[in-house]
Amino acid sequence: MCLGIPGQIVEITDETRLMAMADVSGVKREVSIAPVLGAGMKPADVIGEYALIHVGFAMALIDEHEAAETLKALEGLGEAQETLDAMAEGAKALEGQA
Amino acid sequence: MRYVEEFRDPKAAKALLAEIARVTDEIGATKAKPVHIMEICGGHTHAIFRYGLDRLTPEGVEFIHGPGCPVCVLPMARVDECVQIAEQPDVIFTTFGDAMRVPGTKKSLLQAKADGADIRMVYSPLDALELARRNPDKEVVFFGLGFETTTPSTALSIQQAAAEGLTNFSVFCNHITVPPPIKVLLDDPHMVLDGFVGPGHVSMVIGTHPYDFIPEDYGKPIVVAGFEPLDLLQSVLMVLRQIRDGRAEVENQYSRVVPEHGNPVSIAAMEDVYEKRPSFAWRGLGEIDESGLRIRDKYAAFDTEAKMGIGYGAEVAREVEEPEGCACSQVMTGRIKPTGCPQYGTGCTPEMPLGALMVSSEGACAAYYQYGQRRPVETAE
Ligand code: SF4
Repeated sequence: MCLGIPGQIVEITDETRLMAMADVSGVKREVSIAPVLGAGMKPADVIGEYALIHVGFAMALIDEHEAAETLKALEGLGEAQETLDAMAEGAKALEGQA
Repeated sequence: MRYVEEFRDPKAAKALLAEIARVTDEIGATKAKPVHIMEICGGHTHAIFRYGLDRLTPEGVEFIHGPGCPVCVLPMARVDECVQIAEQPDVIFTTFGDAMRVPGTKKSLLQAKADGADIRMVYSPLDALELARRNPDKEVVFFGLGFETTTPSTALSIQQAAAEGLTNFSVFCNHITVPPPIKVLLDDPHMVLDGFVGPGHVSMVIGTHPYDFIPEDYGKPIVVAGFEPLDLLQSVLMVLRQIRDGRAEVENQYSRVVPEHGNPVSIAAMEDVYEKRPSFAWRGLGEIDESGLRIRDKYAAFDTEAKMGIGYGAEVAREVEEPEGCACSQVMTGRIKPTGCPQYGTGCTPEMPLGALMVSSEGACAAYYQYGQRRPVETAE
């Protein structure tokens, strides 16, 4: 829950709410990009960028190499799978009793 | 000489370990008279045990496991309140999965769910927001739990709910902050702490300056660290060098992710939505001044405490004793190792946790239990 997971921002899904689709280890998940939009930045500026995603919020932009290294470290700790499971759990929760 | 195959860069790990051993010698630290380094973050605790860093580093370096595991410091009274909220009719209670198995006085959220309460594990407060949009006839409560890494996400979600005019979404806010408990531990005359490995992802949000008091007021070094094993080794080395040189500074080993001043959007959102509570109860550490956050009155419509008169929103926040025979508070303050608890591995296991330190992989007892039997991958040369 505290470690976050790297993902690539692939498209903007909601300009007003500052939501975007991220690719997290091949899994698509909608995330908020509000925290990584610095002064004067537009949502489109982060398309293609990698970010550390914490509980659905892109918290820091990182480079591709850092994203890969971080993912490996998370896999070592078993946290990558845990996070992907939590995402799946979250999707189920929207549909009914999860 | 031993080396570690499991590290992604065993050569680098070996070089760092050799340097750590050398500096430890220069300090004159030994098994009998070790330097005590506290890793604050539960993610670091997990990584230290996973990679056996506690055993690969010299005996003169002793890790003390800090209070940075949010579910571990969650008092039973708060769990009871979660269950109470969740068991009300027309409530959908949403929480991170980590909190499901934390024992309350009567039951955990997992047991409450089995008993029929509508409790859903979500990945993000955004999932809870979406549930509120889809279920206008239900009150959707999100259990806001965690340190500064997760705090901005609930703040931003509350701002979003306000912007949309949602009336059926609220947050049971139990967010806590990292610096106050560190101060409590430093003030504790029984604690011996020579330096700190600081939490990287908390600092990604708040920057490095909130730790300035550690060198300035207490003369102790702190190095903000990433959580890859090499990050941790490097950070330990940086702490040891400061000790050897008689320096005390805030250093940033994780500058590739942690900006000195943190994340401005997150800081602004937290400022807007939360204010400090006069004090907040921590499991194992007791009440700590200004260590918890509450939702400001202007967002009272999104504050479960205010809406339902529960928790700190009630006349008095409830207090409950820790379970009989549980040594969590002693482990939490580094007085004993998890294995020193009479319940460890018998009355308390990750499957059937008695204390909260056994619940999450970030808890010291669970990390000990999970990796305790295991030797780090090492070979004699
Ligand atoms: S073994 Fe269980 S009861 Fe004992 S200190 Fe650890 S978590 Fe608490």
